[in-house]
Amino acid sequence: MDIVLMFRFEIILAALILAIFIMSLRGFDTNVKCFLNTMNVLLLLNFIAGWLPLSEGSYFSDFFRTNGLIVLQKNIINLGLLLISLTSYAWLEQSKYRLEFYLLMLSSIFGVYVMLSSGHILMLYLGLEMSTIPIAAMSNFNLKEQRSSEAGIKLILSSAFSTGIMLFGISLLYGAVGNLSFASVIANLHPNVLTLFAFAFILAGFAFKMSIVPFHLWTADVYEGSPIAVTNFLSVISKGSVIFVFLTVLYSLFGGLKEAWLLGISIVSILSMTVGNLFALRQQNAKRFLAFSSIAQVGFVLVGITAASTIGSASVVYFVLIYLLSNIAAFGVISAVADSTGSESLQSFKGLYKSNPFYALIMAVALFSLAGVPPIAGFFGKLFLLTAGMKSGLYVLLGFAGVNLVLSLYNYLRVVKYMFIDDNEAHLAPLNRNRQLTTALYICLIGLIAIGFVTPIYQYIDSLCRF
Amino acid sequence: MNSYELSALLIVILPALSFIVLGLFGNRLSNRVSGLIGCASLVTTAILAIYVAAGYFFDFGLVGGVHEKHIALQFQWLKFTENLSIDLGIVLDPISVMMLLVITIVSSMVHIYSLGYMKGEEYFERYYAYLSLFSFSMLGLVIAVNIFQMYIFWELVGVSSFLLIGFFFTKPSAIAAAKKAFIVTRFADLGFLIGILMLSYNTKSLDFFTIIERLTQAGSPYLANFTATSFMGMSALSWALLLVFMGGAGKSAMFPLHIWLPDAMEGPTPVSALIHAATMVVAGVFLVARLFPVFAISAPDALLIIAYIGAFTALFAALIACTQTDIKRVLAYSTISQIAYMMFGLGVAGWGAENSEGFTGSMFHLFTHAFFKALLFLGAGAVIHAVHSNEMKDMGGLRKSLPITHITFLIACLAIAGVPGLSGFFSKEAILAAAFHSHPAIFYVGLFTSGLTAYYMFRLYFRIFWYNPVPEHSHNHEGHTWAMNIPLIILAVGAALAGWIPFGSFVSADGKAMELPFHLTFSIAPVAFGLIGIGIAYLLYAKKNDVPDKIASSINALYKASYNKFYIDEIYLFITKKVLFNLVGRPAAWFDRTVVNGLFINGSAEATVATSRAIKPMQSGRLQSYTMFFLGGVLLLAALLILKFM
Repeated sequence: MDIVLMFRFEIILAALILAIFIMSLRGFDTNVKCFLNTMNVLLLLNFIAGWLPLSEGSYFSDFFRTNGLIVLQKNIINLGLLLISLTSYAWLEQSKYRLEFYLLMLSSIFGVYVMLSSGHILMLYLGLEMSTIPIAAMSNFNLKEQRSSEAGIKLILSSAFSTGIMLFGISLLYGAVGNLSFASVIANLHPNVLTLFAFAFILAGFAFKMSIVPFHLWTADVYEGSPIAVTNFLSVISKGSVIFVFLTVLYSLFGGLKEAWLLGISIVSILSMTVGNLFALRQQNAKRFLAFSSIAQVGFVLVGITAASTIGSASVVYFVLIYLLSNIAAFGVISAVADSTGSESLQSFKGLYKSNPFYALIMAVALFSLAGVPPIAGFFGKLFLLTAGMKSGLYVLLGFAGVNLVLSLYNYLRVVKYMFIDDNEAHLAPLNRNRQLTTALYICLIGLIAIGFVTPIYQYIDSLCRF
Repeated sequence: MNSYELSALLIVILPALSFIVLGLFGNRLSNRVSGLIGCASLVTTAILAIYVAAGYFFDFGLVGGVHEKHIALQFQWLKFTENLSIDLGIVLDPISVMMLLVITIVSSMVHIYSLGYMKGEEYFERYYAYLSLFSFSMLGLVIAVNIFQMYIFWELVGVSSFLLIGFFFTKPSAIAAAKKAFIVTRFADLGFLIGILMLSYNTKSLDFFTIIERLTQAGSPYLANFTATSFMGMSALSWALLLVFMGGAGKSAMFPLHIWLPDAMEGPTPVSALIHAATMVVAGVFLVARLFPVFAISAPDALLIIAYIGAFTALFAALIACTQTDIKRVLAYSTISQIAYMMFGLGVAGWGAENSEGFTGSMFHLFTHAFFKALLFLGAGAVIHAVHSNEMKDMGGLRKSLPITHITFLIACLAIAGVPGLSGFFSKEAILAAAFHSHPAIFYVGLFTSGLTAYYMFRLYFRIFWYNPVPEHSHNHEGHTWAMNIPLIILAVGAALAGWIPFGSFVSADGKAMELPFHLTFSIAPVAFGLIGIGIAYLLYAKKNDVPDKIASSINALYKASYNKFYIDEIYLFITKKVLFNLVGRPAAWFDRTVVNGLFINGSAEATVATSRAIKPMQSGRLQSYTMFFLGGVLLLAALLILKFM
């Protein structure tokens, strides 16, 4: 029983994947509405099952481990999965390959679980790859669009490249330590040329997945080319899960190189915040805009990571949760607008408030959350990241973070201005609203308002981080 | 909870309730009803505030002859870590009780006045909802027990100010002004937030009184730690306090963050009276006053900087006010100048009975200023209501058609000019005397400024009510606007008499009663300057003539510089538009277009023909450049780490 409880996330997911296969054999997916609703219900059950009583421990000589924090991280991922599935309802209804979409998405999530639970670098690597490769196929989903194929091929090639670099780093690490299980790496890691090289290469591999500058160049193209649902998945699930793992990698795996990684992380953090915000200034495509915005957001996460303590990991997990809700809400609105106007340009948001106050308000809340305007949750998220950053005493980094806060405010306000103040010559008709999207948006809205004010949420995360 | 504490709680809650009711059901209520709801709730809070103030100053607040702080209510709201818990509560001490009085009285006057002024406006009920929201947030700000509570209400105040400035949202200039105010003050608030983080990190507390205690007691380890590190000759504590002050300077429109306030006059005039004259803009002064013990005891260097910024701003804004032709802008710059007066009043004060005269003077001026400046704005509103213009050239000779406005406006002008017997005289005297004793240079700046103040105020007065001959068939414009007249009269009484309050026995830095020294010989100079200012204004503007134009053209350069507000806005525009956009934004965009976007994303839109040609270089070329970046990044990073740590 214990083992079932420990593996319950993976078991349920595998069962879901199997169920999809069976559905396709029985031709069940031809009834579009029924299929999509079934999937949503299944994902909801999956999310609820995540809250079953947990059981901690490790299996297979530490290849697989789990604890309260890991379970929480998987639950956050599950929430994101459910919300993305709900927001992409309209698009999936049109798409021919909805079954494959779910199949690939769930496979990717399976990789994420493996990665989160890994206690050995090889498992970590396997999980990371397993979670990336299906996304490359997913971003190629708009088969008729050249940009979509371009996004797919770009993602797979550059991801292969980064994987190569990372594997090289892992092999160096193996050379230095002689074993790849977390425990022995932690015990035997000392700063020397070899391990520093290994660290730089492994860092680059992770930085690629989180699109940290200067390893971010693929991001905007891939975000722009992929279908909105996939972009959403990339920016939220794939990024969030790698951030979670990155915490373990830095705090325990490379704990012995703390001095070195503090410097490295500070530099890429400053670069990411600044470059992300500056490039977002002039973007006209909504997805490109959010691509650069997410680069800047990850830069902020890194500020919190530098704390290297409980408050560091607690603030990061808390922020990722908020970031997930903000981004899903923003992408949800973008998909609604893009579905009816056929354009992803920010210009098509002009006058949105007049024609669709509901969407405009949700979008405004999401953007204000990303900008960190009180009293929306994003403000508290940023506040804790900065407070955590204070711990490390890197005042230059904090100074950059401060300036970037203002810069990002300008970026997000620009879009808000489009929606609320500018007029649209081509008057926007009221957009279609389907129940699924509306539900997801309401969940995000409630979350974005409540998470900042409901103290137990942070306290719960904080308590899980003190193990 | 006794009746005073309950009243204090009600003072905060009533406006919030009124906001909720008007916000949710406003569109179903008639204008009349929603206006009455707003007025009723605010008048009630004003009565409650008077009750609480009487109780505090004469009864429960007075412990052994000293006004002690009294925590009426406190509970934990958010607890994040041991160090980061945020309390909400209500503190009653001399300055917060005084602010409660000021805010509720001015706000209720403005609520009543607006019944007449905003009559027939679209979104009338929304206007009242915003006003209530503003009153709620401002009240929450002044009774804050916790610096973070203050910050939250501080932001709420900013939001409601944003909403009210942009109330005429069909006017592009109103929207631009609202945005400008929001962005400038948000920028300043960033400093405030960082300051809060530094203070809380070093004192392990967010509670005002814990912070003050830990940073003022000699031998406190927190204080020693905080002052141990220094940067550019000032301790970390001074920097933190200056960052906090930066937030205050944004809200209180100190140079160089003053640029939003004149533009904020785009909002409805009663709003200007409430927010941009009497209450919100003094939040910065209040913030410094709240942390005054820390400033005075542990960081006198930061306080000195505040004094200089205040003195400079006072003079600077007064110079600009002399040449403006939009009457609301004259008042706006006058507000900046007067707030700067309060700021340097705090700046020249020190700790201890006699030395803290500047503190009491500054609070006194805050109190009297609220009356006469609100009155001036409301009077200006009545004028604008009558002539439908903000420009001086459309006015003149209005004394017969607006008799009540005329008399009350005159009283306010006399008060602000510092004519003996009226309120402004007493408070200004206290500030100047404090400056004279500690920083004579600042005293002379203040003295000269008070002459300028008298000049530009009477320029305004004569230009509106005299200058042109009274039109022959002038009829009374005021008969039907009693909602507007009553607040004018009440405020005029306040502006005339508020100075006679023995303010020193109620409000002082340490709670002990103090006598504000009054020397007949000392007040000769300020009064003389004031009278000279009034005299010059009389000569130039009492009757229509061409002397002012001649003078303006003879000192053309200075006149123009002042008229154009010393080009500060242009400098900001230059920095943001030209420097930031061109030097940073443009290259970034160019990089994005050419390197990242390549030629081919843009091409692909029209490129069904050139597809094959486009794909080839895209796949080989661009991915190559990506990987180049990637590899370069890795190697640089590795090299850096190895150089640094090996």
